[in-house]
Amino acid sequence: MTDRIEEFRSRILERKPLRLRGGGSKDFYGGPLSGDVLDTRGYSGIVGYEPTELVITARAGTPLAELESALAARRQVLACEPPHFGNATIGGEITGGATIGGAVAAGLSGPRRAVAGSLRDYVLGVKLMDGEGRELNFGGQVMKNVAGFDVSRLVTGSLGTLGLILEVSLKVMPLPVAQATLRFEMPQDRALDALNGWGGQPVPLAASCWQGDVLTLRLSGAQAAVTAACEKLGGERVAEAEAADFWIALREQTTAFFVGDAPLWRLSVPSVAPPLDLPGAQLIEWGGAQRWLRGAVDVTQLRETAARVGGHASLFRGGDKTGGVFASLSPALMEVHRRLKQSFDPYGVFNPGRLYPEL
Amino acid sequence: MSQPEHSAGTVQDTANPDREALLADLARVLPAAALLFAAEDLKPYECDGLTAYRALPWVVALPQNDEQVVAVLKVCHARHVPVVARGAGTGLSGGATPVVQGVVLSLAKFMRILEIDPLARLARVQPGVRNQAISEAVAPFGLYYAPDPSSQIACTIGGNVAENSGGVHCLKYGLTLHNVLKLRVALMNGEVIEIGSHALDDPGYDLMALMIGSEGMLGVVLEATVKLTPKPRTAQVVMASFDSVIEAGNAVAAIIAAGIIPAGLEMMDKLATAAVEDFVHAGYDLAAAAILLAESDGTVEEVAEEITTMSTLLEQNGARQLRISQSEAERLKYWAGRKAAFPAVGRITPDYLCMDGTIPRKHLSHVLTRIAELSTEYHLRCANVFHAGDGNLHPLIMFDARNPGETERAIAFGAKILELSVDVGGTITGEHGVGIEKVKQMCVQFSREELEAFHAVKAAFDPLTLLNPGKAVPYPRHCSEYRLTGSAR
Ligand SMILES: Cc1cc2nc3c(=O)[nH]c(=O)nc-3n(C[C@H](O)[C@H](O)[C@H](O)COP(=O)(O)OP(=O)(O)OC[C@H]3O[C@@H](n4cnc5c(N)ncnc54)[C@H](O)[C@@H]3O)c2cc1C
Repeated sequence: MTDRIEEFRSRILERKPLRLRGGGSKDFYGGPLSGDVLDTRGYSGIVGYEPTELVITARAGTPLAELESALAARRQVLACEPPHFGNATIGGEITGGATIGGAVAAGLSGPRRAVAGSLRDYVLGVKLMDGEGRELNFGGQVMKNVAGFDVSRLVTGSLGTLGLILEVSLKVMPLPVAQATLRFEMPQDRALDALNGWGGQPVPLAASCWQGDVLTLRLSGAQAAVTAACEKLGGERVAEAEAADFWIALREQTTAFFVGDAPLWRLSVPSVAPPLDLPGAQLIEWGGAQRWLRGAVDVTQLRETAARVGGHASLFRGGDKTGGVFASLSPALMEVHRRLKQSFDPYGVFNPGRLYPEL
Repeated sequence: MSQPEHSAGTVQDTANPDREALLADLARVLPAAALLFAAEDLKPYECDGLTAYRALPWVVALPQNDEQVVAVLKVCHARHVPVVARGAGTGLSGGATPVVQGVVLSLAKFMRILEIDPLARLARVQPGVRNQAISEAVAPFGLYYAPDPSSQIACTIGGNVAENSGGVHCLKYGLTLHNVLKLRVALMNGEVIEIGSHALDDPGYDLMALMIGSEGMLGVVLEATVKLTPKPRTAQVVMASFDSVIEAGNAVAAIIAAGIIPAGLEMMDKLATAAVEDFVHAGYDLAAAAILLAESDGTVEEVAEEITTMSTLLEQNGARQLRISQSEAERLKYWAGRKAAFPAVGRITPDYLCMDGTIPRKHLSHVLTRIAELSTEYHLRCANVFHAGDGNLHPLIMFDARNPGETERAIAFGAKILELSVDVGGTITGEHGVGIEKVKQMCVQFSREELEAFHAVKAAFDPLTLLNPGKAVPYPRHCSEYRLTGSAR
């Protein structure tokens, strides 16, 4: 493994733009791709896993599926359910695809995010190689750590623009004892009201999905809590196997809503934002806080609508990226971003333009 | 606590012309009552909860609105005068210790809760609002603010953000980091930025992660939106006692291995238990080597199920006594001791230093054994309070500052404990921050290059290094001095 590190270092020290890449499952995400590919998959393997410490450490190129199976064997999970994209482990097969380094760099979370927290919430530490080829350790393998600025969470979701992630440590959680999936016929406004109402009560909500006047709800937690909630909420109970497939397909965006070439927009808004009057079909997750939109929409109108309710819109898949993928930042914020980029990547090596053209 | 003045600079240099010019500039942007500069008025600000270090600033500014904060920052920026933000001053690492020839910017007047949105489950508050005041204000809606530092009646949300404070319920509900949605922040040059949003994420780098735990070095928090959590229907706590720390540690591991994340999981050693029992009379087992408190919360059914499982596991792992709280009053009584551990220890010793390392839990008995050895070596008693669920250990080193050399001995003992935490794969601080107290031990935990990266992060927000300078991140020369004394690895 040390020769891999040396190889990475020498590539970085050439000071030419590099496109950091794991399994390539998220090539579609973010700004246009540029630079020569630096493949992390050779730098793979779980370095440490202590179920009773609730911590796992793995090299960046480790397949996400491999990490998840190691956890599953000890009845533990990544609670934020990061999407793989491109290769869900359907049928329990590990087929390569998404790596843990790529998942952390992309910072995406799945259906349970609104309740369980985001991937960033579970990052405890990273080993990073910066633009000078230096190996830097931030955070660590313990759950509470305030020594030094929290750079490991800063690089989560930075789309590889601050450095090459070599290793990550994540907090893991026990597999919920019991799960149940309920289905309700409901128009969007009533579904949003219901979700926000339940969110303020001690109901063991785990995930939600509204689409086409159907609200699907997942509950998880202690057996007693799930049973009590099922009785309280009513609705139609979905069979276990069908429910499991449904939530994986949602996470992996393989359901009918996501299939096809129409641009896919992601609107991240306060959960209490009213139904957004925009052309195209919508699918709503995260208790109302994540709204997907399919269709060729007017970008300005879309961004303004999101901003008006206190959120932001990004072009998630497909479409025309020339208008920018992510919502723009205020000049003062962009200045801080530029300085951070400059200090970790002074020669502009890492994924230039993947997050913002300026970085 | 009566403690010696450890740092220089307690003498006020009133004659300094730079100070006079600064005062004149500040007087133009602040009402007279919002500026303190007489020695007797500055005195209450000379230290925070880490009383071993004191310094008098030139000025204390008490602005009451955003414009005044921005104006103070601009004046100081233009004059290159350092600024130290201050909340309630309960910090335990010297984060709010004044910088000599600097300004203390107190947010004490920012006490308003600006908005409570029960449906969205959030509250927008000013930085000087006390942690507990938020929970009190939102209680009528069946909600509360989850992070509960033991200092919650006094400490402010601005201070909590700066330290990423935790509490006994953070294992299940997260730290400050997991419970803040949005911040409005004034940068040192007076520019105001917004970080985070009322949605679940915002575009760009996760600057929220940097701000939380930044020890007042990146920006001044003007406003925070925090997440509110539905109050669980009920909660119960099991109190178990053990003949050895090893058994107690095994019991903790067994609970986690069984797939339970308790609402609270706390341990106290014999000395700590004795101190708190004497203070709160909770009925702790005084003969035990360690006491464990394990809490479950949720629906009535859920709690019953979890308490039964945990009780069985505690018994299987050798609990000598087991008591389950039978009422809310009893539950609070069991917790009262743990929550009052610091002041309780404060009663049995003239002075104490509170350490804050986090260790992988499996090394607990090794670390406690080593601390006991060090205690003998340094002739100082040490009680241990432990956030057992997440490995955050608070050894409380007892000393008497009136005895010559004892403060230095306590500090040296503390340094050894921090190094020990790093040696076993942990960290020098879990929730109290580095401040000035542990700045040298940062040299043990981080390489020169990593420290340079931290300085660069600071410079991205504060290029002139004026906001709380000299705290948290050491300069290379500090490290070479520290290594020369032979204390570091
Ligand atoms: C008895 C006791 C028990 C404690 N228990 C716990 C515990 O259980 N868990 C825990 O985590 N901590 C605990 N603490 C430590 C302390 O209470 C926390 O660190 C708390 O968050 C500090 O808040 P404060 O308002 O007192 O901040 P201060 O001490 O005033 O300041 C702390 C830091 O925050 C910065 N700061 C303050 N306000 C702002 C602002 N508006 N913008 C930017 N920076 C700012 C300061 O510059 C300083 O660096 C305890 C302390 C005591 C004395």
